[in-house]
Parts: sequence; structure tokens; C-alpha cells
Amino acid sequence: MAVDVRAGVVRRAWDTDLAYSFRNSPVAVISAIVTLVLILGSLFAPWVAPHNPFDLSTISLIDAFDPPQWIEGGSPDFPLGTDEQGRDVLSAILFGGRISLGVGLFSTIFAVVLGVTAGLIAGWRGGVIDAFIMRVADVQLSFPAILVALLIDGIVRSTLPHDEQDQIAMLVLVGSIGLSGWVQFARLVRGSTLVERNKEYVQAARVIGVHPIRIVVTHVLPNVLTPVLVVATIYFAFAIITEATLSFLGVGVPPTEPSLGTLIRVGNGYLFSGEWWITVFPAVTLAALVLSVNLLGDWVRDALNPRLQ
Amino acid sequence: MADAVLRLNDVRRLFDVSAPWLARILSGTGPRMLKAVDGVTFEIARGETFALVGESGCGKSTVARLVVGLYEPSSGSIEIDGTDIASLKTRKAQAPVRRRVQMVFQDPYASLNPRWRVKDIIAEPIRTHGLIRGEAAIRARVDELLRQVSLTPADGDKYPHAFSGGQRQRISIARALASEPEFLVLDEPTSALDVSVQAQILNLMKDLQRRLGLTYLFISHNLAVIYHVSDKVGVMYLGRLVEVAAKADLFARPQHPYTRLLLDTVPDLAMTGRERVAVRGEVPNPIDPPSGCAFHPRCPFANERCKTERPSLLAAGGNMVACHAVQEGRLPPWGGAA
Repeated sequence: MAVDVRAGVVRRAWDTDLAYSFRNSPVAVISAIVTLVLILGSLFAPWVAPHNPFDLSTISLIDAFDPPQWIEGGSPDFPLGTDEQGRDVLSAILFGGRISLGVGLFSTIFAVVLGVTAGLIAGWRGGVIDAFIMRVADVQLSFPAILVALLIDGIVRSTLPHDEQDQIAMLVLVGSIGLSGWVQFARLVRGSTLVERNKEYVQAARVIGVHPIRIVVTHVLPNVLTPVLVVATIYFAFAIITEATLSFLGVGVPPTEPSLGTLIRVGNGYLFSGEWWITVFPAVTLAALVLSVNLLGDWVRDALNPRLQ
Repeated sequence: MADAVLRLNDVRRLFDVSAPWLARILSGTGPRMLKAVDGVTFEIARGETFALVGESGCGKSTVARLVVGLYEPSSGSIEIDGTDIASLKTRKAQAPVRRRVQMVFQDPYASLNPRWRVKDIIAEPIRTHGLIRGEAAIRARVDELLRQVSLTPADGDKYPHAFSGGQRQRISIARALASEPEFLVLDEPTSALDVSVQAQILNLMKDLQRRLGLTYLFISHNLAVIYHVSDKVGVMYLGRLVEVAAKADLFARPQHPYTRLLLDTVPDLAMTGRERVAVRGEVPNPIDPPSGCAFHPRCPFANERCKTERPSLLAAGGNMVACHAVQEGRLPPWGGAA
């Protein structure tokens, strides 16, 4: 009985317009596969990766600068070669992907929560509150997001003692990337809220006597979330890039726990001395991840757009 | 009348349509106010259907929104069951009164939240006011309401997009009835529906009124619909009531020139071959209404007094009419060509 019900749910999910549009878009299928492989590989890095690059007892300087295994001098122990400390590049990428994806995910959630809240308040209340929130947003939008993130990151770092910085580096990154990205969610949600607020179902709730906060949460919010989902997918890719950029500039996560951006920065130093694999493989991984998430976001946007159906 | 469910006393509602503050300073213009409702007084007795009729923009929907509390009156008072709404300051204090006044909206495609199941839409007033405790009891009440509007309990599990306009309006009515109101405001409840469905909805309303002893404020621009449902009719023009009368009197002996104009525009078999009087002019801008009687620029009987002095609603031939010509007896009787 329970199996029947579950099969029914799968059947119904398979039959939806969204699933149909997905099956008929090769770009969406390929980018979903790439994204899924990278996410699963990173998530299960401790079991999938051939080595643990953070376990000092397993790395040996003798293995440093090994090329990938298909090149003369490479070893099958290290499929994509090793870096200057003898760490396996493939394992470092998988473990680094965890940090990139984690920072990307949490900073997107942070930006969405902040932006949606600000947008709902601005759109619902209107007047002075709306003007204030949206002018702050306009001012922030006139700076490049990376500059805002760099600024917040710099301020937090300079106010904290040095030995605590590495522990909260992730938190600082999530906070600064999230704070630099709330604006687009706030604008999006404010616009939709202005439309929904005047619809008759919201007025009906007011006539019933529902508390305004409850109206916003139970009536307006579910009806403004669809475009947020689309922008959040694209912002997720942007957040990963921003994290990599900050790490590349040396203000992101510390080299002892490298993200993809840190790996690219460290490897960058050896690019012209012949050890190209140290930087190229993390860079290709990053590019593949961001590209497929972006393409997936584009597909979601088109699939959910009623005017394109 | 002693048992008035709703009483409006010289209610005014202005909307600020001024240019932004800075632009106003620079251009030297003052604030501009739109008088949507300009001194409206009427009352509705228990169990009666009072209809408001008028052209687009005459303020009839604003009256509906004032009554259910979506707008606050700029001046004047609104009494429900003898309680002045303005005297209840907090939302909590207003809740018991508000519960008894519910509204059915014009557009059945916009008045139901597309992401809620029908059973949750109908249960919202019950949950908000805590009328029934326990999910099973609430579901039972929702099923009863669904049956009351000729839908089936199984419809409760569907989303609004699964229903037609007429069915959605039934859901809207079920939601309005959920808080056990005694007074319903119906804001053009059938104007978005197919003609074939309109009659079903109107008959459902009349049926519910009889069974539940409801009082209706019915807003419409459709005279045929009003003739079908109402007991008393108020004719609005530019935010003012120009004539209030029992339905039979209004349709048989309209007094105000504007009411006559409205009735003249209704196509009628008996009129076949008769010369039709074309409607002159349009509704003036309510931001800057004409002086005196607002109808004087379009009125064939207007004189100097009409241009300067605003007429008030006075009894005339059984109706309440706001017209100098009627008071002075210089209006020809209805029936002949005006």
C-alpha cells in the first residue's frame, strides 16, 4: 500500500509540466548531472576522495609536484597530480568543493532571508519605511558586490584578534557575501508584494480580521517566492564565484582548509614553472560548477515563466 | 427604523492624489483631494437587501470598502448594530463586530489565494476568530459550508484553479459565511461571471438570505441584477446619493433626473420604435466636482439654483430625492418622453 502511494507520487512528479520541460532540455539534464556529481563528490569527500589532504600523517613531501597520472612521472596514487606539499589535487578539489558549496549555500540562504524580509516590509508598509529600505538598497547597489563583500570582510577581520580569525573565516565569508547580495532579493520581493498586496484575496483576509503579520507570512510570501527561487539559483553560482574571488585574493578561508578559490590562488604561483595541474584542475572544477548551476538557473527561470509556455 | 444593522451618517472619504511634496512646492499648486464618497447617509434594516447603483467611479465600491473596514472614513460615522466602529480603537476590540460583517468580492479569480486549498480558504475566518476548536470539527463545518453553496465536501481538497468562475464565487460566499456573519457586503459579485451563471449565484444569495436571515449591501451597476435582488435601492452619482427608494417605487416612479437617465438606458422591448434619449456628457472628475448639484452639467432641467446650491436628500413622492427641480415641482412626470 505504502509503495503504491510512493509510486503514485513519483508518477505524478514525472508527469508535471516542470519534469516534462526538464526531460526535453538537454542543457538542463547535463548541467543537473554535472552539479549533482560535484555536490555528491564534495558531500561524501571523506569516502570518495583517495586521500585526506588535511591529514598531515598521510602526506609526504617526497610526493610533491607529481604530475597527473597519464603524464610521464605521474603515479596512479594521485590521478590529478599533487601540489607543493605532496597533497593529492583530486582530494583537495573534493574537500575544497565542500567549503565552496557550503559558503555558497549558506550565504545564499542568508541573502534570501534578509532580502525577502526587507522586501516584504518595504512593499507591505510603503511610505517612509519603504523609501528608507529601498534607498539603502540603491546606495549599496551602486557599489560592486565584490567590493561590498571585501569591505565587510575587512572590517570584521580588523576588529577581531588574529588567532580567532581562522575559526570564524567561514562565518565572516557567509556574512559578507550574504550582506552584499540581499538587495536584488529585496527589490524583487518588494515589487511582487506591491502587486499581491492589492489583490482581492489579501483584502479578503483583512476583512476576515487576520493579523497583518499573518497575512504577509501566509498569503503574500508564498505568492512572491517563485521568482525568488529563480534568482536564488543564479545567486548561488555568483556566491561561489565571490567566495573563490575572495579566497583567491587571500581574504577568504585559510590555506589549511582550502576552498576551490584558495587552491587556485596557491597553484597560481606554480603556473609558469610547469606545474600547471595544481591550479588548472580546481579552476576547471569551479568553472564547471558555476556554469552548470547558472544554466540550471536559466532553465528554472524559463520553465517557471508562464509567458514562455 | 429601530432595527438597523448598518447606519452611515454623513460619511466622507477623501483620497490624497496630490503631486509629490517637492513638485507641489515648485509648481505652487496645493494638495488635491479626490472626494470618492461625499456625505453619504443611509441605513439598512435587518433582513433587507439594500442595493447601491451608479456608473463606474461614482464611489459605490468605496462605500463597500468603508463598511467592511478596508478604508477608514475621513469624516462621519459608520454604525454596525448600533456600535460606532470608530469608537473601537484596537483590532481586538473591533474583531467581534468585524466578524459579523463579511464581504464577497467582484473578481473570483483574484479573491482566492491560488496557493491555498479550498478547505483552508474557507476555514480561515473560523481559525482567525477561534470559532471552532479541533481540526475534525473545523473540517466538518467546512464540509457543511461547501454543501450550503452547492459544492461537495470533496471539493475542499482542491486548489482554486480547479474551479470555474461561478464555482469560485461559491467558495467566496462559503468563506464569507464561515464566520457566521449577519451582514454581507456584495461588491458586484456577478459582474465577472457568465450571464448563465449570474442567475445561479443571485438565486443562491437570495436562498441563503432567507435561510440564514442575512442582511445584504449589494453593489452593482447592472439595473437588471438590482431589480432581481434588492428591496431598497440607492442611486449614487459622483460620491453622493441622489435618490433612495424602495425597489418598486424606484423602477415605477423614478424622481431624480439621473435615475431616469439610468433607467432610460436600459434596453426594453416596450420601447421598441421609441426615440431614445442619448446620454449627454460624462461623469465629471471627482477631484474637481461641479458646484451646487453635481449632476447639473448633464441635467436637462438645471437652472441657476442647481449651479450654486447643493440639494439635500428630501422626501418626495415616497422616495428620498436630492434635486431642486423635484422639490420645486418643475419636473415632468415619468413615462412621457423626458
